[in-house]
Amino acid sequence: MTAAMTDIEYDFDVIVIGGGVAGAVCAHQLATAGRDVLLVERGAEPGGKNLSGGVFYCRIMQELFPTFLQDAPVERRITRNCLSFLNAASLVNIDYWDARLAEPVNAVSVLRARLDPWLAARAEDAGVTVMSGVKVDALLREGGAITGIRAGDDELRARVVVAADGVNSFIARDAGLRAQEPTKHLAVGVKSVIRIGEDEVRRRFNVEGDQGVAYAVVGDCTQGVAGGGFLYTNTDSISIGVVLRLDDLVAKKRTSSEVHDHFLAHPAVRGFLTGGELLEYGCHLVAEGGRAMQHDLVHDGLVLIGDAAGFTLNTGFTIRGMDLAAGSAKAAAEAIDEALSRGDVSREGLMGYLTRYKESFVGKDMDTYARAPEFLETPEMYKEAGELLADVLYNVYNLDLSPRRRLTATAGNALKRSPLTIRRLATIGYRAMRAL
Amino acid sequence: MTGNDWGSVTERLGGNSYEVDEGNSHILVHQEEARRTGTGKLLVRVCPAHVYSEEEDGTIAVEYAACLECGTCRAVAAPGTLEWHYPEGSMGVSFREG
Repeated sequence: MTAAMTDIEYDFDVIVIGGGVAGAVCAHQLATAGRDVLLVERGAEPGGKNLSGGVFYCRIMQELFPTFLQDAPVERRITRNCLSFLNAASLVNIDYWDARLAEPVNAVSVLRARLDPWLAARAEDAGVTVMSGVKVDALLREGGAITGIRAGDDELRARVVVAADGVNSFIARDAGLRAQEPTKHLAVGVKSVIRIGEDEVRRRFNVEGDQGVAYAVVGDCTQGVAGGGFLYTNTDSISIGVVLRLDDLVAKKRTSSEVHDHFLAHPAVRGFLTGGELLEYGCHLVAEGGRAMQHDLVHDGLVLIGDAAGFTLNTGFTIRGMDLAAGSAKAAAEAIDEALSRGDVSREGLMGYLTRYKESFVGKDMDTYARAPEFLETPEMYKEAGELLADVLYNVYNLDLSPRRRLTATAGNALKRSPLTIRRLATIGYRAMRAL
Repeated sequence: MTGNDWGSVTERLGGNSYEVDEGNSHILVHQEEARRTGTGKLLVRVCPAHVYSEEEDGTIAVEYAACLECGTCRAVAAPGTLEWHYPEGSMGVSFREG
């Protein structure tokens, strides 16, 4: 540490910007390690600005907060996962229920306006100063190093600043520390939360007690735009919506709200919602770039975590963000604590963050699925693949008195009618095997 | 399902919770640039909250009070067409479900 830096009077050891999962976990871990931490949230309450697709793969939270499942405001344990190929007038569904997913709990649905205040309160319990309703306008710098934050006329100084300010990553972008992401790395999620009542959730989705369902839908739900539909059950409501990749939304000239409405009105979907009360219509950006978004995460006195660092994963089956946010926050907290102990919070001193997340499930999974974003750029996944599947099954089930053919011949015929060639199908299959 | 059970987007947003920063818009469209680049029409389509609308003379009107603060507009806007930042602390939307 330079002499100039030691002259600064610090208000906190660490200032964390953003009271979402990443920020609250990072602040909690650092305070638990004995550090003096400020958590700044621009919403009137933590969670007020946050909106998620819903499913939280929560083993990491159980590790960090042993009473998470008993105490945190979670909605349902996800024990049924559906992967749906949706066409204009057909639906092919892989429906997987497994009692093993109930215990030990693997995933829960959450509503962020309830979860995030609970997490911030746990951080507060650990000694974190939580300041809500404060927007950070800029970072403070001394000789190139980040030394604090400015909010309005107030300046607060800290040895390390953590940018956990979400997918828009304003803090690093405005400071010129992180370049703008290409639009193919971003998607917009448009979501409705619709209350149908607890009994109706169980009846319509065939689940018992606090078990629940998560659907990942591809095809007509996005009217051909790259992305997908989702549906999750909460305690007495359904979270349902679409995620639309921005480059393709722009290219296809679609209107985002109309794509959302089209999905909710689809004959295969609307029955789930019948008679429901709309509790909230919302939207949020989603990072879709995978590992390619993990650049410029460490600077002198600053680290980026969670969505701000692009830690989300869409594998087609699972869509993950909150678990990676928590994992990256844990890695950052450990590295910052170590750097503070050593008295070196320079970029080099904070590099332990990268080492730690790369060694954890976060980095390993980002690596495993490094090719997933590229695979999900396969245009046929959003139309032709689902139609082909349905055509094969139609000819299996449609006994119209014409002589039956064996399955391979039926499939071959369907393929002949499809714009997909066998060669193209093989390429897609090969790429899927390599990517997912 | 435009004209569905839950009304228009604007009607749906009526059920959301907002603290409007009166007279202090966090969104500014540079009209000439927006028109020249086609960003204006693009903003109208991509914004899930219908913050942007095109007037008869081609001007893009901004209903900043309806903003859900996702940042889609900022991500797709051509350089120089749009200034979009978060509203001031505790202002703007407060999700009650999330």
